[in-house]
Amino acid sequence: MALAKSFTATRVWRSIVRHGLVPTNRNRVLLVMENVFLHLHTAKVRRRNLDLTSTFYLGGIALILFFVLVATGLLLMLYYHPSVPQAYHDMKELEFVVSNGVFLRNLHRWAAHAMVIVVFLHMLRVFFHRAFRPPREFNWVVGVALLIFTLLLSYTGYLLPWDQLAFWGVSVGTNMVRAMPGLGSKARYLLLGGNIVGENALLRFYVLHCVLLPLALVVGVAVHLWRVRKDGGVVGSAGRRRARAEKESGE
Amino acid sequence: MTSYRLEPNSDAKAVPKRLALIRREAPSRLLEDRQELATTAPHLLLREVILIQVVVAALALCSLLVDAPLEGIADPHHTPNPAKAPWYFVGLQELLHYFPPVVAGVLLPGLAIIAIVVIPYFRTNVEVLGVYERPWRRTVAVMSLLVLGVAGLLVAYRVWPVLVPTAIVYLLFVLPALPGCPAGVRHRLGKVPLADWIMVWFVTVALVLTLIGVLFRGPGWSWTWPWRAGIY
Repeated sequence: MALAKSFTATRVWRSIVRHGLVPTNRNRVLLVMENVFLHLHTAKVRRRNLDLTSTFYLGGIALILFFVLVATGLLLMLYYHPSVPQAYHDMKELEFVVSNGVFLRNLHRWAAHAMVIVVFLHMLRVFFHRAFRPPREFNWVVGVALLIFTLLLSYTGYLLPWDQLAFWGVSVGTNMVRAMPGLGSKARYLLLGGNIVGENALLRFYVLHCVLLPLALVVGVAVHLWRVRKDGGVVGSAGRRRARAEKESGE
Repeated sequence: MTSYRLEPNSDAKAVPKRLALIRREAPSRLLEDRQELATTAPHLLLREVILIQVVVAALALCSLLVDAPLEGIADPHHTPNPAKAPWYFVGLQELLHYFPPVVAGVLLPGLAIIAIVVIPYFRTNVEVLGVYERPWRRTVAVMSLLVLGVAGLLVAYRVWPVLVPTAIVYLLFVLPALPGCPAGVRHRLGKVPLADWIMVWFVTVALVLTLIGVLFRGPGWSWTWPWRAGIY
């Protein structure tokens, strides 16, 4: 501890981190407030919201899964060409040539499925705790947009392996787009870059999956978390009790 | 009026006590328990670090045990039977079996999304008192009429996978209104707000449709038993 203390007292350390290691509340608050990555947090949180049963950490788990997906997705991009038939051959290369290629693809796949489930559960949690009550109404709407982005990300990624599962899964889905009255065929053409699921569709889905949708999700998450903070923090299971208490004390 | 003495305190960890002066003529009530606060560092940060490790470890374990599927190369001339959408859209695909594509693929999912988006803007959804904790006859009558109308449509289109869960949730919903209902059940179910009933119904229907689509549908979207024919 003495060594750590003398180390954190050096000029170099203090130029990076401006506070010391002494565990005072002031330093604890500064640790969060002076760090660009941590300052999305408030300096203090409600103790009750730290409990597992308050939020089940579902929003946090969704965010962690997204980070895992970005990390594994970037690595997968190093081995992937969005062209027919090379895309499928790249899957085989992952399996037989790339070290831990299958493990990498598995991580990405299971994290993607888990994210769809977790985001949906997060929505249910927020609903049953009535955490969308004013002033948080619009953040619920942002959350629904994030759920849709999550589904679209998963769906566009589904085509990329270019196997039978991918091809026909996407064919079934994009045929539903055609049923849209008026704009259906045009929307499907725009999405696929043609009338069938072909190499144009693969390229479009790749760009959507790796650039456009992740960017949209990042911006959406930023707005979502920002608003959570500005509206006074997370509402956990106490939200429902508070709504009830308010009701009983008379409107 | 009691007088308060201010005590200077240099304990950096102490949470300051707050005092509120309320004049006798002003009505006051406690709306929100401010709750005890904890510093984000280390209490929340520690939990976040542990959570990251648990999630990554669980994912790594899954990835070691189960491989992601990879079938033969995409072939537009060879249609697998059945051709299934990813699991989260299979519920819609199941609906496509009963309704024309405009209804199953556009109208119903569109309505579902709109219904979810507008949730916070409707008073019913903010309500936390149970259906039977307030005057309930009107509510139950209106809901029964609605369910009857929807059930009529479902019977007309033979949509059993939606009709059956709808009937079950509706039965639970009206159970406390029935004369023979045990007091314990009446008390427990009576506390459930209307919005929760609707959400439970939505989730049940979505779950049943998805499970049927994933597990019980085979060639030509015919009904198959997964323990006999396997999962398609």
